[in-house]
Amino acid sequence: MGNLIETRDLAKVYTRGKQKVEVLHHIDLDIAEGDFLALMGPSGSGKTTLLNLIGGLDTPSAGIISVGGQRIDQLGAGALAKWRAANVGFVFQFYNLMPMLSAQRNVELPLLLTRLSSAERRQRASIALQLVGLADRASHKPTELSGGQQQRVAIARAIVSDPTLLVCDEPTGDLDRQSAEDVLGLLRTLNREHGKTIVMVTHDPKAAEYANHTLHLDKGTLVEQAIA
Amino acid sequence: MKYLHLIWAALWRRKTRTILTLVSILAAFLLFGMLDGVRTSFANAGKSAAGAERLQTGSKLSFIETLPQSLQARMEQVPGVKMVAYANWFGGAYQDPHNQIFTFAVSDNYVDMYPEVAVSPAERKAFEQTRTGVLVGDLLAKKYHWKVGDKLPLQSNIFPNRDGSKNWSFDIVGVIHASKPDDKQMLQGGILMHWKYFDESNPYNRGRVGWYVTRVNDASQSDRVANAIDALSANSDHETRTMTEQAAMAQWIKQMADVGFIVVSIMGAVFFTLLLLTGNTMAQAVRERTSELAVLKTIGFSSVSVLGLVLAESVALVLLGGVLGLGLAAVLGPLLSAGTGGMVSMPPVPASSWAIGVALMLAIGLLVGLLPAMRAMRLNIVDALAGR
Repeated sequence: MGNLIETRDLAKVYTRGKQKVEVLHHIDLDIAEGDFLALMGPSGSGKTTLLNLIGGLDTPSAGIISVGGQRIDQLGAGALAKWRAANVGFVFQFYNLMPMLSAQRNVELPLLLTRLSSAERRQRASIALQLVGLADRASHKPTELSGGQQQRVAIARAIVSDPTLLVCDEPTGDLDRQSAEDVLGLLRTLNREHGKTIVMVTHDPKAAEYANHTLHLDKGTLVEQAIA
Repeated sequence: MKYLHLIWAALWRRKTRTILTLVSILAAFLLFGMLDGVRTSFANAGKSAAGAERLQTGSKLSFIETLPQSLQARMEQVPGVKMVAYANWFGGAYQDPHNQIFTFAVSDNYVDMYPEVAVSPAERKAFEQTRTGVLVGDLLAKKYHWKVGDKLPLQSNIFPNRDGSKNWSFDIVGVIHASKPDDKQMLQGGILMHWKYFDESNPYNRGRVGWYVTRVNDASQSDRVANAIDALSANSDHETRTMTEQAAMAQWIKQMADVGFIVVSIMGAVFFTLLLLTGNTMAQAVRERTSELAVLKTIGFSSVSVLGLVLAESVALVLLGGVLGLGLAAVLGPLLSAGTGGMVSMPPVPASSWAIGVALMLAIGLLVGLLPAMRAMRLNIVDALAGR
């Protein structure tokens, strides 16, 4: 299977006041389509920055990022937003659900950007919720769900528009062990049975065990590539 | 439309704050609806079709100066004049000096000048035949439970009668109604007495009248007729100023108060406060939702979409409160009028006030939403998600 993601000489520099902080240096990375990759490293190593660049949330200071053959480093803000809507699903550590919307409505959010009718949106959201095992909680608001359930709703939201790529930033960082295993199992199913390419940032070696590969970052540089 | 639930949900994220803000907006637009109704009603005073055919002649010096009654015969000779009536201010109070009622001492033909009101022929005849007779407006009669045949004691705030007392006694001989059943006319809330009785009974202003009302044959000739009437008294000690009823009404109202200016000043202060209050609410609402807005951008909402969502939320908030406020004014105005027997005239909110009101709601909504919306639009996803 070919590469879905390719980065060449990727660098990111942040300016904080008068100071320039080089967060990523010369990252060359290939991630195959259908891969499940864990990014590990100490705090401040640049894992989340790399994830943000791959997911099109941020733009590089130098270098190339190509996802599915598309040079996303060359896209403007508007085009990048459209690209994200069509190609990437996001899962965050703190779920980031809309507190005033039901689980169903939260999952429908990405579909508002499509031409689907209201009935079609509802149907697709129901399927996504079914896939994460929360069909019976569709009308519940996030505050009425446990942390693990909220994260599963967030995963349903991430996959509802059927993106090729899922980027997950510490998806189990706020969960107890059992819920974390449920969520990681779900991600593995999405990878193995539904062919989703997953890039996951984690601090937890146990979580990384669910991935096919683990990459380590330290001080903005890739230091090791291990096969799990 | 597909974003409506998103906007609605965001609006009710903090129920108490939204309800309090809505109540403020409602109160502001309730006040606007009632005050603008009054302003419009004052602005339209004297603009009726019948009013266009009437001229008012008063002293050029001041409205409290009187004119000789002998002027009537000369005014009737002016080409284009159909009829001339006259009146004097009496200023009656009923039971309590604060309970003032518009009371005019009028010539016998005064009612003929106003086809907007009607008095039955029998009552009209009784008025002509009774020296102390008065015609009372039906709204007043209803309020005080007066009926034909009742004695009516009134106290003048200016004029004593023959025995030197300011207490006058009249006989109610007829009731003034509006010619059209649903119409409201000023005379329905007033009292008309005989000028002759007034003139004979009080020691002041003998043979003098407060103002003349002239009916012209052709409204388009009003200016010419007015100039001709004023020419009759040019260079005399009682020079006159004649103008259309509308202009006279506007001048009279302006002498009391510039209603338009007062309304604009009050509403300016109210809306300025509303801008600050709603602006603060919107700024808080957006600040609290920084990470949620960042998530919307993350999943593909463009910056312009996010700007639109916040602006729509702000406009929806003001529209909701504003429409409720104006709606309440539309209901309360007529209720208040009915409750006071028409003595407090609160007209229903006219279409023009609705149009101005809705335009104001949109403008305020956009204005208060603009800064938070710009902030949301410029939101950097990475910083916002990281809580920076």
